Amino acid sequence: MSVQPTTDPAPGQIDRSAALEFYRVMLTIRRTEEQLARSHQQGLIHGACHTYVGQEAIAAGVCAHLRPDDAVFSTHRGHGHALAKGVPPRELIAELFGRATGCSRGRGGSMHLFAPEIGMMGTSGIVGPCILQATGAGYSFQLLKTDRVGVAFFGDGAVNNGAFHEGLNLASICRLPVLFVCENNQYATEIAFAYAAGNPQVGMRGSAYGMPGVTLDGNDVVAVYQAAGEAVARARAGGGPTLLECRTYRTRAHAEGMRDVGYRTQEEVDRWKAQDPIARCRTYLLQKQAVAVEALEQIEADVQTTVTEAERFARNSPWPEATTACQHVYSEPAQPASH
Amino acid sequence: MREITLIEATREALAAAMARDNTIFVVGEGIGPRGGNFNTTTGLYDLYGPERLRDMPISERGFVGMCAGAAMTGSRPIVDFMFVDFILDAMGELINQAAKIQYMSSGRLKMPLILRGCIGIGHSAATHHSGSYFPHFVNIPGFRVVVPTTPYDAKGLFATALVSDDPVIFLEHKSILFHKGAVPEEEYTIPFGQARVARAGQHCTVVAVGAMVGKTLQACERLALAGIEVEVIDPRTLNPLDIQSVLASVHKTGRLLIVDETFQPCGIGAEIAAQVVEQGFDDLDAPVCRLNGAYAPTPYSPTLEAAVVPNVEEIVRAVETLMAA
Repeated sequence: MSVQPTTDPAPGQIDRSAALEFYRVMLTIRRTEEQLARSHQQGLIHGACHTYVGQEAIAAGVCAHLRPDDAVFSTHRGHGHALAKGVPPRELIAELFGRATGCSRGRGGSMHLFAPEIGMMGTSGIVGPCILQATGAGYSFQLLKTDRVGVAFFGDGAVNNGAFHEGLNLASICRLPVLFVCENNQYATEIAFAYAAGNPQVGMRGSAYGMPGVTLDGNDVVAVYQAAGEAVARARAGGGPTLLECRTYRTRAHAEGMRDVGYRTQEEVDRWKAQDPIARCRTYLLQKQAVAVEALEQIEADVQTTVTEAERFARNSPWPEATTACQHVYSEPAQPASH
Repeated sequence: MREITLIEATREALAAAMARDNTIFVVGEGIGPRGGNFNTTTGLYDLYGPERLRDMPISERGFVGMCAGAAMTGSRPIVDFMFVDFILDAMGELINQAAKIQYMSSGRLKMPLILRGCIGIGHSAATHHSGSYFPHFVNIPGFRVVVPTTPYDAKGLFATALVSDDPVIFLEHKSILFHKGAVPEEEYTIPFGQARVARAGQHCTVVAVGAMVGKTLQACERLALAGIEVEVIDPRTLNPLDIQSVLASVHKTGRLLIVDETFQPCGIGAEIAAQVVEQGFDDLDAPVCRLNGAYAPTPYSPTLEAAVVPNVEEIVRAVETLMAA
């Protein structure tokens, strides 16, 4: 277990190359999601497709601090987390196309993304379990005497669930190296968080479990990066868990193809679109980091090429063999389909 | 050979594994300094401390989900439920998560998770401390389900569970926890999926599960006086299920009764009966029969409790009826 020296800058000082990397990662998520939305309309995606559009700053800002041996557990809206953790766009798209080259070999689709070799430990179709599993990863990492961290990404819909209460309490009493990242996008499917929560200040709930809780602008990648940096450093140093509430907004429908009416206004959507995290990052790079516009255009072209090639790769990928449908139910090979 | 209790036998297996493998840890309520409500961890806290013997708040869903995450990331957790009825608060974490992770990750993640607890009716524990629930887990792909009935088997099967990479439900019937039996001091393992012939006989086969093995053996003594020699099969693990041993016995006897204190519909008896009919129909000289606990929650009062669980007399009558068929 090698311990890498931290290269994180002091708060307020973001290394330019790190900032450019935020932009590349966020744009990769956005362009991949837009491609998936088109592919969904074309009938190439066979099941659900929950996009991460509008929330990219959170995955990019948090995962910038993570190593491949740190463990990320995520939720049904997890494409962005998988990409930010290092899953190539072609493996994500191929997974949603149901192909053998997908990150879950075609077993998962949009809601079950696995790439454990780089610490993407799975997304889930059930809201809440990622909180508990990230806590368990923290338990392992503490027991094994490492400085690795577990990270749970979940929406506001998870924080009124028992898993949130039990997971945060367990992480606190065991002082585990875990980040709980709540992406408060205001709606659990179409139930407004302002309605669903007796206390809608998620960050404040940290104190209820004896851990730091922070509420921040989740569409500001620099803010997310700095807050996550403090939390990761604290966790690696044995200082225990942190709860981050990142206020954000999903600008597309809950799932592709779903009607997106009756629970929010177009004015509200437009107001949040004006706070687009990628546009804000671009402005930040041009104005605060004095990045040349050509450098951003180069990133934009590279990302588009990657995503275009990824879609082609996925479309041309083989289907999984039907004979493999019952493999890996158990750890041993060659289990019969039923006992 | 020295004789020890079933609980002492599993504790020996646990202690040996914990000494060898520092990724093993146990969670539960009172499993730390107290050593477990049923003495499952007595003495281990002094050796391994709070990180590996971690007392838990009453938070079953939380610590089961936590242990699933730990099992995916390099450790080997054991959840000690005390009474397995408490597992029901964690069913989503088990069925939707622990049982499916290996498959959904296409074999790239392992799930070396043991879930142990006491099952069964007895001692007026009433309905929230008397369940068995193994049919529920046998129905789900991904779990191993173990129901030991002797101290010797318990030690060897628990040792196998401790090196398994699959989630193992290990269910110890509370009425036999403190029964003594001969157990070697050295380590050994018993593979999953191998039934034990608890008594040999040629007239009738009885498959019995958990505490019903002991009651059936008592019934056999009385039946033998009447000249009926029963073969008793203890499956030991319900997933994998050693149906071949049952078929071999039925081939010899031509008659099959399954005795199980859990509910009859969709139970292990239904599964065994169906498989024997499918694969051994020509060997049957009579319809397959089942004797189950009553289809009702478990009551408290001794007179009521005794009425919902099969007893020796009922087993004798069931065999006699089967022999007359």
